[in-house]
Amino acid sequence: MKIIVCVKQVPDTSGKVAVNPDGTLNRASMQTITNPDDMNAVEAALKLKDETGCKVIVVTMGPPPAASMLRELMAMGADEGVLVSAREFGGSDTYATSQILAAAIDTIGVEKDDVVMCGRQAIDGDTAQVGPQIAEKLGLPQVTYAADIHKDGENITVKRMLEDGYMTIKVQTPCLLTCIKELNNPRYMSIGGIYETYNKPLDTFDFDKLKDHKLIDPSTIGLKGSPTNIFKSFTPPQKGVGVMLEGSGKETCEELAAILIKKHII
Amino acid sequence: MSNFNSADIAAFKDVWVFCEQREGKLMPTDFELISKGRDLANELGVNLCGLLLGGEGIEAAAKELGGYGADKVYVCESPMLSVYNTDAYAKVICDVIEDLKPEAFLIGATNIGRDLAPRCAARLHTGLCADCTHLDIDVANYIQFLREASTLDVDGQKWDMADRNLKMTRPAFGGHLMATIICPRFRPCMATVRPGVMKKNPFDQAKADACVIEKPSFSLSEADVKTEVTEVVKAAKKLVDLIGADFIVSVGRGISKDVEGGIKLAEELAAELGGVVGGSRATIDSGWLSADHQVGQTGKTVHPKVYVALGISGAIQHKAGMQDSECIIAVNKNDTAPIFEIADYGICGDLFKVTPLLTEAIRAAKAAK
Repeated sequence: MKIIVCVKQVPDTSGKVAVNPDGTLNRASMQTITNPDDMNAVEAALKLKDETGCKVIVVTMGPPPAASMLRELMAMGADEGVLVSAREFGGSDTYATSQILAAAIDTIGVEKDDVVMCGRQAIDGDTAQVGPQIAEKLGLPQVTYAADIHKDGENITVKRMLEDGYMTIKVQTPCLLTCIKELNNPRYMSIGGIYETYNKPLDTFDFDKLKDHKLIDPSTIGLKGSPTNIFKSFTPPQKGVGVMLEGSGKETCEELAAILIKKHII
Repeated sequence: MSNFNSADIAAFKDVWVFCEQREGKLMPTDFELISKGRDLANELGVNLCGLLLGGEGIEAAAKELGGYGADKVYVCESPMLSVYNTDAYAKVICDVIEDLKPEAFLIGATNIGRDLAPRCAARLHTGLCADCTHLDIDVANYIQFLREASTLDVDGQKWDMADRNLKMTRPAFGGHLMATIICPRFRPCMATVRPGVMKKNPFDQAKADACVIEKPSFSLSEADVKTEVTEVVKAAKKLVDLIGADFIVSVGRGISKDVEGGIKLAEELAAELGGVVGGSRATIDSGWLSADHQVGQTGKTVHPKVYVALGISGAIQHKAGMQDSECIIAVNKNDTAPIFEIADYGICGDLFKVTPLLTEAIRAAKAAK
């Protein structure tokens, strides 16, 4: 049994976000982090590794610096890393991205006992589409929004969150699961892990490595192969400046209440 | 790969809405999407059709969709469709779409819609835009939208007024940027749409009566389904209805020195206003409030009459979920907190002192009215 975890390096949008004058994101000025939901997927995989001794492979598509993220995840306990990186893959939308990642995962090989894990969604796009689209491209059953995962022989039982409760879903392996933060608390890198990580294999899949895979075709990858295109991107206008009330005492609150009544807001 | 999409895109017609049901009941999002879908279908001059999957007898729920604007509802009934299952739903939906060829297909961005839509889009080899907050066909309408919602110089740009692509707008990078996405070469153009964003039309009984029900043929067998739902559990606690609330009092990290006390003060103010309590991402991540209270990009999008932000700094991801509130009141100790940039009324002060005073002042002002 092995677990392949798809991860993404993302700009840290929780802090200050820098936007260029042309409305695109100024990535150079921003910190990058491993996408938070993906960390939960890595931790879920490492937990299964603790229980079963299975192998954990972390896979990412991105520019070469994303390799440092893979080293960090291997320092947490993942066994191998695969960086999928090529100019031809750039500009891919979720459809094209899933096409490429599915080809990479298929090249690593998915066997009967294996599980593919992803984070539910990445904080830069918030689409939650790549996981299910990889599953479709690989012909695997999927369970998204996994908040609890139990392996029991050939089956995996997943607690799948809904807005108003949850479902318990039994799925056969191989399958793909997308993970949410309720699942676990990701572990830290260990001292021993940091020491070992540079001895672990980190492979790069470039265009040449994947170009003969049946899913890879110029019409289905990269900017040109993406079914969706950006028509416009823009920044929302700042709302007109409101009123900053003087003080913070009883009179201020009474003044505000009076305004709300006068304007028929309450 | 499906060669379905090498087909001429002009062969695709009508706007479809996936109508999600849970336990045989339609979801509120269905009516919002049908209402928006009606506008889009009018702009295109085509029919608006609902697609409803469920167990035997689900047909009975279909006519109601007509009351919000559906011309027709395609109903697929099978015991295997009574509870949502990715494999079964994706199979039936893709089969029916390949047969009947809608040009646009909208799906509510619920936990189920966001599981189903990407699976279908990948199988149909078409584009999907996630979590849309605005949709247009007509370029003139889209330009008007940009005038109000963007800083773009729309008059300085060239527009193809005959463009009939669905223009799907959504927040990106936690709301720092907005992007409008198109899917020019493939059909159906698919979008998941944020619950609570589109306005529901008033219900019209005559239209409901006139709505046509059709049952397209489909095949579904046990072999198509590789997962088994063994139980569906409803949350025991009643969930807070943020989307339907007219008044929301939200708390943020500012309550950290006395979490219980802070929430209690928010509850008292919410009770006085006749509203509910929400929270920023920090309050949910810290476990102070349950996830159903979360307002923001990863939580709910709300537009109440009054939104009171107590001790919320106003990270962009929070603002993305509440900046369209009719009136925003912010209380924060830090006078440079970004929440004040969008607040209609700001009070710089300690929420633990200000909130009870504000509750009392509102109570007194209402009593004196």
